[in-house]
Amino acid sequence: MFYIHCPYCDEYRDEEEFHPKGQAHIARPEDPETCSDEEWGDYLFFRDNPRGIHHELWVHAIGCRKFFNITRNSASYEILETYRMGERPRFSAEHPQGESAEHGAAVNVADEAGRVADQEGVRA
Amino acid sequence: MSQSNQPNRLRQGGRIDRARTLGFTFNGKRYQGHAGDTLASALLANGVDVVNRSFKYSRPRGIVAAGAEEPNALVQLGSTEAAQVPNVRATQQALFEGLTAQSTNGWPNVQRDVMSLVGKLGGRFMPPGFYYKTFMAPASMWMTYEKVIRKGAGLGRSPMENDPDSYDHLNQHCDLLVVGAGPAGLAAALTAARAGARVILCDEQEEMGGSLLASRERLDDQPAAEWAERVIDELAENDKVTLLPRTTANGYHDHHFVTLHERRTEHLGETAPRVDGHRSSRSRMHRVRAGQVLLATGAHERPLVYGNNDVPGNLVAGAVSTYIRRYGVVPGNKLVLSVSNDHAYRAALDWDEAGREVVAIVDARRHPDGELVEQARARGIRIIEGSAVLEAKGDKRVSGARVATIDAAAFKVTGQAELLECDTIASSGGYSPVIHLASHTGARPTWDEEILGFVPSLVRGVHAAGSARGVHDLAEGLADGAAKASEALAALGKSASAIEPPRAETIREGEACALYQVPHEKPTLRAPKQFVDMQNDVTAAAIELATREGFESIEHVKRYTAMGFGTDQGKLGNINGMAIAARCLGRSIPEVGTTVFRPNYTPVTFGAIVGRHCRELFDPERYTALHQWHVENGAEFEDVGQWKRPWYFPRKVNGKLETMDEAVARESLAVRSGVGILDASTLGKIDIQGPDAREFLGRVYTNKWAKLAPGRVRYGLMCKDDGMLMDDGTTSCLGENHFLMTTTTGGAAGVMEWLELWHQTEWPELQVTFTSVTDHWATMTVTGPDARKLLSEITDIDLDREQFKFMDWRNGKVADVPARVFRISFTGELAYEINVQANYAMHVWKTLFEHGKKYDLTPYGTETMHVLRAEKGLIIAGQDTDGSVTPEDLGMFWAIGYDKPFSWIGKRALTRPDTARKDRKQFVGLKPVDPKVVLEEGAHIVVDKDQPIPMDMLGHVTSSYYSPNLESGFALAVIKGGRDRMGEKLHVPMPDGQAHEVEVVSPVFIDPKGERQHV
Repeated sequence: MFYIHCPYCDEYRDEEEFHPKGQAHIARPEDPETCSDEEWGDYLFFRDNPRGIHHELWVHAIGCRKFFNITRNSASYEILETYRMGERPRFSAEHPQGESAEHGAAVNVADEAGRVADQEGVRA
Repeated sequence: MSQSNQPNRLRQGGRIDRARTLGFTFNGKRYQGHAGDTLASALLANGVDVVNRSFKYSRPRGIVAAGAEEPNALVQLGSTEAAQVPNVRATQQALFEGLTAQSTNGWPNVQRDVMSLVGKLGGRFMPPGFYYKTFMAPASMWMTYEKVIRKGAGLGRSPMENDPDSYDHLNQHCDLLVVGAGPAGLAAALTAARAGARVILCDEQEEMGGSLLASRERLDDQPAAEWAERVIDELAENDKVTLLPRTTANGYHDHHFVTLHERRTEHLGETAPRVDGHRSSRSRMHRVRAGQVLLATGAHERPLVYGNNDVPGNLVAGAVSTYIRRYGVVPGNKLVLSVSNDHAYRAALDWDEAGREVVAIVDARRHPDGELVEQARARGIRIIEGSAVLEAKGDKRVSGARVATIDAAAFKVTGQAELLECDTIASSGGYSPVIHLASHTGARPTWDEEILGFVPSLVRGVHAAGSARGVHDLAEGLADGAAKASEALAALGKSASAIEPPRAETIREGEACALYQVPHEKPTLRAPKQFVDMQNDVTAAAIELATREGFESIEHVKRYTAMGFGTDQGKLGNINGMAIAARCLGRSIPEVGTTVFRPNYTPVTFGAIVGRHCRELFDPERYTALHQWHVENGAEFEDVGQWKRPWYFPRKVNGKLETMDEAVARESLAVRSGVGILDASTLGKIDIQGPDAREFLGRVYTNKWAKLAPGRVRYGLMCKDDGMLMDDGTTSCLGENHFLMTTTTGGAAGVMEWLELWHQTEWPELQVTFTSVTDHWATMTVTGPDARKLLSEITDIDLDREQFKFMDWRNGKVADVPARVFRISFTGELAYEINVQANYAMHVWKTLFEHGKKYDLTPYGTETMHVLRAEKGLIIAGQDTDGSVTPEDLGMFWAIGYDKPFSWIGKRALTRPDTARKDRKQFVGLKPVDPKVVLEEGAHIVVDKDQPIPMDMLGHVTSSYYSPNLESGFALAVIKGGRDRMGEKLHVPMPDGQAHEVEVVSPVFIDPKGERQHV
């Protein structure tokens, strides 16, 4: 059972408080009416299923009710980070070790300690 | 106290309390043991050889091991029906006064077993896959075969009465969880405790100490067990340390979530004792979220695989030492010890010291020369080098051992066999680290050629120490435990210096040799049975046969032979089985594969898994504010989600209670001709506020909201972005920036999350908030031609039909309390939905009944509600739709805002080629030609009832009832191209061969112009 850091509550809570909502960063096309059927079909139905690092949308369903994102390794189940809506992930398939701190200017993670904790994925 | 009735009990030694004698019953016979015994040690003390019959061949079986790895000694506990516990390992069950146990297998009894005829004669006719091959055809007979086989073979049985005990769950947190309280675990826990960390130390045995409890070694010049006691005392005094004996870590789940099963009262009696009049919980599941996990789970000794190695009297070497040193029981008189390593020599030394005869030590190595070998030689024990036991002799007890020189590498017997007379054969083929919990993480163990075993691969935050990672030497294991604990704490940012481990004498051990299956003069397929997995009766021949039949993957071999599938999960057998498969396939063990384990490590009783989440606490039940009235007025209830809703209200007519059909007919007619009342409080209600609330509604609903004025109500359809209907309901405009949305009862939570999802992830710029108010408001629907008359008596709201129109809502007072009254109708009749604060609901409801008497106000339930709404062709989302139905399929074009400026959720999908198909299933009504017929919901609809199967299916029935108003059955359905089929006659074939003829009609059966709701 996952141990998930809610980036809004700033607390680790058990998985049973959360609902997974599928792949993260699937933006609804700005103007659906100008989408081709294929583009609209891709948006509706096609999702990645990588072995390894994956960005997922979760909701703290019986906590603060906020949606947020998780970067998770689908093979080891390790959670590399959680981040708020509108923030960019530090970890990705291209940057499995995390992007450098300079690059992370846009990354709005609470603090360095929190970042270490996110890397650990779990903390008592 | 009489020693004479425990022939194998030593006069002294062991950790049992000889002053406390305990009586117990095994297979109907009375025996005695001592406090501190396990059932297994007590049975051995009493000279009980046969404890079970084997699963497939029904061979007599005895105790093999002394712990969780025991494959044979499975018993059924319990003197009463309610106390029955199946498949308990006698080696792990503490003895208590009055314990009653029976062999799990063996029908009618273990000594004389009817299945043994089949087993002995049929043995050679029962190859692996026997059951698959023999009993599968015809498939319909499998259930019958299975019952007979199960009764004969047995697997324990569940109690037929309710369990009188209760069980707990406890959530726990700690810095370091140490699993196993042997030398490494104790050193680790002590290191962490002295550093001030929060520690949980659990151990599956009755007493903590692990191998130290039966060790010959001394620590700080004292018996090792005394050091263990001192450490445990120190840990017990530390209030940051939780000691959990009799507690098995059964599963490692994700992120250091480990489930520990603590058996709190199993050592005291059949059921939990009463404390202050209450039963204490029998066992407890600790749900531990640990910062770091340290596995000090030790190792299991591997027995050698030789002919008839399952005859009672064959044990693993370490178990012999444990029984002698810990329980003061020597399980025989004349021992032959067959080994591949030095460590196991301890069994012979212990046996010799117990005053019984060691016939010989048979060592597979040509020149064993370790310190323990020299000690054995010095005592004059015969050591037969380069040899092994090929075969045990005997039937219900070992009577001899055939021994010969072998060439292990060439898998050949090289010398003439010698028969040694003995009653006990102990064997050791090495030590397998207990890697189960580490496997649960998904990390594959790796083969270590030096220790001839798999060692765990570890995920971040999990550590292993001591024998659990192949560090078998006592002194090294102690130091390893301390070192790994300080590493684990360092990972948490805590510094801990490893404790100075106690002084241990180092025993020089010679190198072990690799030996798993012992060669026999005959080829494996013809040699006496060489058992690998005793619980599942898997032999070396079966594995060889499986490889010959083309099963090359170890996973396939396991499934074909059932190796490792018992309740013991192959703790003793798996490595030997892999070694045999490797030999047959000409590969090395790591090439053949690895062995992984799933939770649970040992079986966990369902009670502990369930905890308090059973019976009335299994799932919460939700009641409306009017529930008590419904109960008092005889309602039958229906579960809708977690809600208990009145289903119908049967009355007594001529002394007889109405059936549901009778009650529904009466309730339906009352609504259409007089007035009825429904408790609709369970409908989901969401309060929506904010300057952008109206815009938001326009985006999530298919229809228009821009012009809905305060005081007005509108019905809305909600789709997913694939264009499929997900929920429906009315939304009322309470103020310019304030709306109240209703949802289906079951969809309330999902709709709430749906609104939040779109607001938070797509349109955070919209200023709008959502609050669930389902429980705050009670809803009473007063409906029927007399509804206005009734309500006018108790409200100050002007009910004039021109002032308060259909789809209006008004604020006011009902029965003198503040109320919102909505003029919306789910029945097609004049209707008022009265919302009041939930705590006023009972008062208002009762007032309505006081005034309603003269109108014969009739309470109705969900069944009548369904009939009435279906007569009007009103859908129920989730019943008439299933996630593949668009608003267009429903024919609800009037509720689709094609020209709204924002491309609302679901709009774009309506023009996808698949959604725009003309032959999509469309919503229609069905009228059976025979009015007495009520179609089955879910039944399929075809054109030609005589078409051979598979028939072309046009669609299916979604709702079907008998209508007392139409005096006919009627139904709603979805049918391909249904709207173009009006008037067509179709057929609904049933499983019994008949087919009902139906006419396709409009889904609106009553008042198609909607005049009745507008009166």
